[in-house]
Amino acid sequence: MIARILATAANEFHIARRNRWVLIAVLLMVVFSLVLSAAGSAPTGALGADRLSVVVASLTSLSVYLVPLVALLMSFDAVAGEVERGTLPLLLTYPVARWEVLAGKLVAHTAILIVAILAGYGAAAVVTIVADPTATSGLVALWRLTWTSALLGATFLGIGYALSSLARRVSGAAGLAIGLWLGLVVLYDLGLLAAVVADDGGAFTTRVFPLALLANPADAFRLFNLTASQATAVAAGVGGAANAIPQWQSLLSVAIWPLISLVLAALAFRKVEP
Amino acid sequence: MKDKLMTSTLTISQLTKTFGGVKALTDVSLSVAPGERVALLGHNGAGKSTLMKIILGLIPADDGKVSVCGAEPGNAEARAHVAYLPENAAFHSALTGLEQITYYMRLRNQNTSGAMGLLDRVGLGHAAKRRIGTYSKGMRQRVGLAQALIGQPRLLVLDEPTSGLDPVSRRDFYELLDGLAADGAAILLSSHALTEVEARTDQLLILSGGRLVAEGTLSELRREAALPVSMQLHPVNGYDADIMATFPDAIRVNSALHLTCLQDEKLAVLARISALEGKLSDVEVIPPSLEDIYSHFSRRDGQ
Repeated sequence: MIARILATAANEFHIARRNRWVLIAVLLMVVFSLVLSAAGSAPTGALGADRLSVVVASLTSLSVYLVPLVALLMSFDAVAGEVERGTLPLLLTYPVARWEVLAGKLVAHTAILIVAILAGYGAAAVVTIVADPTATSGLVALWRLTWTSALLGATFLGIGYALSSLARRVSGAAGLAIGLWLGLVVLYDLGLLAAVVADDGGAFTTRVFPLALLANPADAFRLFNLTASQATAVAAGVGGAANAIPQWQSLLSVAIWPLISLVLAALAFRKVEP
Repeated sequence: MKDKLMTSTLTISQLTKTFGGVKALTDVSLSVAPGERVALLGHNGAGKSTLMKIILGLIPADDGKVSVCGAEPGNAEARAHVAYLPENAAFHSALTGLEQITYYMRLRNQNTSGAMGLLDRVGLGHAAKRRIGTYSKGMRQRVGLAQALIGQPRLLVLDEPTSGLDPVSRRDFYELLDGLAADGAAILLSSHALTEVEARTDQLLILSGGRLVAEGTLSELRREAALPVSMQLHPVNGYDADIMATFPDAIRVNSALHLTCLQDEKLAVLARISALEGKLSDVEVIPPSLEDIYSHFSRRDGQ
């Protein structure tokens, strides 16, 4: 079982390397992280937080957009691509379970994401610490951001596999992935904010709003990192609501979402008839 | 027959499959014994690929029984012993031939040091480290063949394996199959041309409209079809009228006279022809072609 998962992972890694996905993911993360750390290092002091913690708060807002996007871009082809190329029937006649195929892809894609995340955050940390050696106190927050980003990535990889299985066509899967990214990462927050403003401190704001934030893996990720680093002061918008929700709840959401999305992916893949 | 059923690698009885109300397979029964090479013939849409996908466990049957190496089709044990070569074998274009075969060997729990040898065996050694995206159709077909040879499969299911291969590669391919069958592998291969498989298989099955319309060796099918024999008579100049008088049914085609008769009458007709010695410059006897026999069976159901 492990051997078959690792064989699939090695195979996927070859493909991702040839298709330049490794390079694209690393470059995206490094460039955006460096830009943010340069821009985010100005307004310190007044907030009483170290430079790196402020950079982490900026990186959190960046990762909420970028990590799901990169994960979806890597995963939307996973099943639909095999169906469209005609490689799936042959693969499924091999003594390998469908979930093992997905697990192998997940291992490879998560590894690539982790490499990109480490490169991006690492570059930001190096630049920040070189400018201000006392900023090392923010490394704890950076580490927290790193492993939660990996979990967020795994969640969206799973969602990407599920969409890929449901669409069965690469073009359809790409459309679904972009639509879902827009929906969960961009429109969801806008919708919630609009509802909160309209509600003006009523039952929606106190009861539904916290649950709605926890239900969305991207929001839960942002909440957890902002409450943990107590950097909510520098975060605008939805992040400002972080104080109202206990940290263990957002941690639970961050930890459980990868499992939910992978189970959904496995169920959707099982329904694909080659 | 009972002995054969008990020792068969593949046994199918009364298999039926319907797609949205359209019958793809109706009441199909067959068996393939170890070391036996069986050819499945039929037009496009006759049900060959559907039958193969059911044997491989890729799609479920509606009715009937299928036993693959004593197991249900598609379960882990069956898949461990079955190799498949899809029609138009496709692979990820970013991988090299060697990477692709190595991956498949690892999935079958085989030592990957044999990957290069396997590619050499199908004549792809020189291209092993090139991307499959740069391969020709025939080369991709060979990658497909190489993966079907991994780990001594007990049953090989080959969907139109020789399409895209040139005549020399095709001969090499059948030589490979002979070797596998001699080692005890059961082979089921499909084709839409009887000429491609005739001399190289032990048993022929003809599928038409989802039904098995004929089965047997080539000579059995030839006998059963009982198609007429054609003869071409070339008269010596000036004797046309004499010959037309002997065979009033003959049809003039250019300078020759064309004549058909039933298998049973062949010798009697030949005797009458030899009585015309001196008036004929040549006689050709043309038995029904393989394509004629195939058409005879595959069109019997009104297709």
